[in-house]
Amino acid sequence: MPFVCQNCNKSRATVHLTDVSQSGEPVERHLCDECAAKEGLTFQTPETTTAILQEFLKQKIGIASVGDVACPECGLTLREFHNRGLLGCPNDYKVFEDVLSQIIERAHEGADHHIGKVPRGAGERTRRLTELRRLRRELQEAVNREEYERASQLRDAISALETPETP
Amino acid sequence: MSVDDLLQQTAEWLRGEGPMSDVVISSRIRLARNLATFPFLSAASDSQRTEIYRTVVEAASASPLCTGALAVDVEQSDEIDKEVLVERHLISRQHAQGEGRRGVLVSPTETVAVMINEEDHVRMQGLRSGLQLDVVWSDINQVDDELEEALEFAYDARFGYLTACPTNVGTGIRVSVMLHLPALKMTQEIDRVVRAAQDMRLAVRGLYGEGTEAVGDFYQISNQTTLGKSEQQIMDDFGENIIPKVVEYERTARDALAAKRSYLLDDRIWRAYGVLRAARVIGSEETLHLLSHVRLGINTGRFDPFGIETLNDLLMSTQPAHLQKAHGQTLGGEERGRLRAELLQERMAQAE
Repeated sequence: MPFVCQNCNKSRATVHLTDVSQSGEPVERHLCDECAAKEGLTFQTPETTTAILQEFLKQKIGIASVGDVACPECGLTLREFHNRGLLGCPNDYKVFEDVLSQIIERAHEGADHHIGKVPRGAGERTRRLTELRRLRRELQEAVNREEYERASQLRDAISALETPETP
Repeated sequence: MSVDDLLQQTAEWLRGEGPMSDVVISSRIRLARNLATFPFLSAASDSQRTEIYRTVVEAASASPLCTGALAVDVEQSDEIDKEVLVERHLISRQHAQGEGRRGVLVSPTETVAVMINEEDHVRMQGLRSGLQLDVVWSDINQVDDELEEALEFAYDARFGYLTACPTNVGTGIRVSVMLHLPALKMTQEIDRVVRAAQDMRLAVRGLYGEGTEAVGDFYQISNQTTLGKSEQQIMDDFGENIIPKVVEYERTARDALAAKRSYLLDDRIWRAYGVLRAARVIGSEETLHLLSHVRLGINTGRFDPFGIETLNDLLMSTQPAHLQKAHGQTLGGEERGRLRAELLQERMAQAE
């Protein structure tokens, strides 16, 4: 026999438990998902930052010119980001900085820049890393197209760049 | 070391040690990192994924904290092994159910685990029993430093450590403290705690993270904001402010119950013990629920039938995958229920 939620008297009760009243009597309770979650007895996934992000993006990508701009490194567009919820490469943070910074501020209580641990030697590396990512992408494409000579040149370029210069 | 060896030991985080261990089960810190020269996983090819995997495994294996580590190729693992790792909180459910080349390195005492190719290239966690975020941070910060010797992580001057999802950007840190709050649940004050935590932009979840219910009165509280606060600030919010307050509420609720309605408290504890001792077929959720009540008895000093060690051990060994692993085969639900009851009888009789 299906129970109706004792709290809202509307939805079907799906959470059944025996609780203890203030006077110490055992009380049977039958609640629907929503009311149970409100009391903290079960959890609906808290409004995730992903949800905030999706709603925000929906407004942005309505403008075709914004939704279809692609990252030159990984090819991701904001439209795809909206569907997938995940970025394609570190460079996306530069390409989509304007939109992302707004999403990030919402997701992080208004914060718009990092405070905390910094990797050693950060900064001077950035340019080299961007270049390495570009070369790796080209290598992948060369391999896909079976251009082995080009791939071999690219591998050499990558290993040259990977070997840290002696100070 | 193999997954089988894990079953021969109690994970450090379940030893019931450390400060405030009457209420705080464990402290966990996870850091998300990505290699700077590769795309994030959603845009990586299979060969890039494999290269990331090899690069990280090589670097992590060199870390002193990972000496003698258990290395698991999760892609090649069977279902039970993967579930054992989830039950021990060494990998996420998402990692177990994911696809493609991925794995985990686990330190011998299970205090450090490095997941490779989960949502980010690297997700490393430190995990210990009780409230000791400072020790956990020191472990995981060291692993991070060691990895950074060999690897270059994606980092941006403005956004900090870059992650596949912008919700983790900045410090990439997730601090999670697991609490046992049976008295707050009994007195129905738990909803106030959950709401207060949510107002502070903290996530409250069940035993196994996202989307799970608080089975057995075990709750996880974790931060959601990762940008704009330092790691130390985020940890201090937890370790010096939020968690001690919740612990105080729970202890007050336990004392109040003991002072005013001790018969209710004892009823719960003794009933739970009675069912655990008498059951001939029992499910894992019911077991967890009942063990939670016995744990309350032990921690309030009202009734201690077999000691906290046996209790903590049973919390893990009665879980579905642990049970099946111990029997070396996949078992149906009813068979598991029977063997679980058998295990309970045996272990309780031994310890008493």
